Amino acid sequence: MRATHVLNAIALALLLMSGLQIFNAHPALYWGERSDFERPILSISNSFTAEGRPVGITTIFGVAFQTSGVLGWSRLNGRPGPRAFPGWITIPSIQDLATGRLWHFLVAWLFALTGVVYLGYSLAGGHFGRDLLPRSGEWRHVGRVLATPLSHQTVEGSSPEAPRYNIVQKLAYLGLTLILAPLTVMTGLALSPAIGAAAPWLIAMFGGRQSARTLHFALTWLLLLFVIVHVAMVVLTGILGGGLINGVRSMITGWYAVPGNAASDVSRPVAPATAGRAIGELEP
Amino acid sequence: MRKRATRVVPGVGRRRFLASGAASGAGLLFTGGAAALFGGCDRLSAAPSFRELLQRTEALNQRVHRTLLWRGALAREYAESDVSTPFRPNGSKDASSLPPDYPARAAGGFADWHLEVTGPVLRPTRYSLADLRQLPARTQITRHDCVEGWSCIGRWTGPQLSTVLSHVGLHPDARFIVFRCADERPRWVRGVNRYYESIDLVDALHAQTILAYEMNGAPLPLAHGAPLRLRVERQLGYKMAKFLTAIEVTDRFPTVGRGRGGTWEDDGYEWYAGI
Repeated sequence: MRATHVLNAIALALLLMSGLQIFNAHPALYWGERSDFERPILSISNSFTAEGRPVGITTIFGVAFQTSGVLGWSRLNGRPGPRAFPGWITIPSIQDLATGRLWHFLVAWLFALTGVVYLGYSLAGGHFGRDLLPRSGEWRHVGRVLATPLSHQTVEGSSPEAPRYNIVQKLAYLGLTLILAPLTVMTGLALSPAIGAAAPWLIAMFGGRQSARTLHFALTWLLLLFVIVHVAMVVLTGILGGGLINGVRSMITGWYAVPGNAASDVSRPVAPATAGRAIGELEP
Repeated sequence: MRKRATRVVPGVGRRRFLASGAASGAGLLFTGGAAALFGGCDRLSAAPSFRELLQRTEALNQRVHRTLLWRGALAREYAESDVSTPFRPNGSKDASSLPPDYPARAAGGFADWHLEVTGPVLRPTRYSLADLRQLPARTQITRHDCVEGWSCIGRWTGPQLSTVLSHVGLHPDARFIVFRCADERPRWVRGVNRYYESIDLVDALHAQTILAYEMNGAPLPLAHGAPLRLRVERQLGYKMAKFLTAIEVTDRFPTVGRGRGGTWEDDGYEWYAGI
């Protein structure tokens, strides 16, 4: 479980960066089956001002923004040039669609396989039912959880024995693992012309190949947003609660020390955020 | 005793192997991931061992597709109203990448044009455009997916490649079909270097693999590969060779160019472009 957590984080970063390399080959998004080049939903391009100064331009739903330096026109190794996403966030940094594709399709295996292992293990091991499935009485707590300042959220949650997820966490994690991540994989698969021929329903369910490409792009940013909020929450609750190192350690190793446990700082079974066993139970 | 020993030792060996394999695998992924994330991606991309890993993945993807996806599956065909106007051309788009006499020959309706079909076949044949137009034709309105990410829909007409191949008679050894083109890579890249492309028999004999001489009801325009181009509907646009001059049947993976099976492949793109 721990391994899938860390591997997925690395895979996600690599998929994002190689995906942006692929996006840069044709930095425009459309809706439907085909590309209507005159009416993209989003496009990143460059242009020159009246004085001949280059500018990066990002157009969303027909509204243009000047995004020089980041989108459309940016520096790479000190030299300014036209590129949709900047070189520091793409793999490879220079424009190289062929290599970016190979990276993307290699790491996609890592992401998909760890995802399958995680889902299989979670379903078989009861992680979903035990830790993530909201209980009937919990739904009314959504407002309270959201309204409670982070500093007053306790890691222990409903149980003094071991930390439990609150209802908002449960919904976020279920949404991620059962909806967001699978949809990202499926929109990616829908872009393959061979898979599209064998499984036309896959393209149809997203409203066309170009829609699938647009959704694949949008879902990527939702995944990134999740990761940012997720890490921020761990860091914040760590600072405010059980200690930063404790939280980060639990993410990577699975061991979370429950505060105020006299016998041992780290002897309680870990729950969710941190699922796994307590350090005290660590095998030799 | 001996039997017993051999039964126990491999068990331990396997366990140790699995453990060390898992450890080194995790180590590799960690260092690989970390190196990549902290700016080592470009160096990794250039490393021969990593390139080999990337190319092995490519072969794996092809094998998975060929195993899991029904080989006879047809790409979706669309209605007349779905056709893209304009349809963006890709690859060579104009006379600048074609031989100097090409525009004049195009103006003459390619009267002197021929398609040579050679290799391990029973009846090597030279087809004129008129010969190809006499063969039973298939018309299909399909989506063209460029490797860059965009899609256009067009209506293509021409004989199925399988018709031509059964006409010339494939030798049982035949495995790949190589397409020779009239267009060249720009001269400043690597001297005179005519485009070529290749596919295997799974795609060559597929119902929607046609040699198109018509696009959207008119003779194939120059920008789209006049007078004849290949359509391989379950792969990306770069596989669909334009400005065809010859078809070579071979019994082995083509060793022309840099030996990767096509001009785009020689530049690093996948030979199997079903993704």
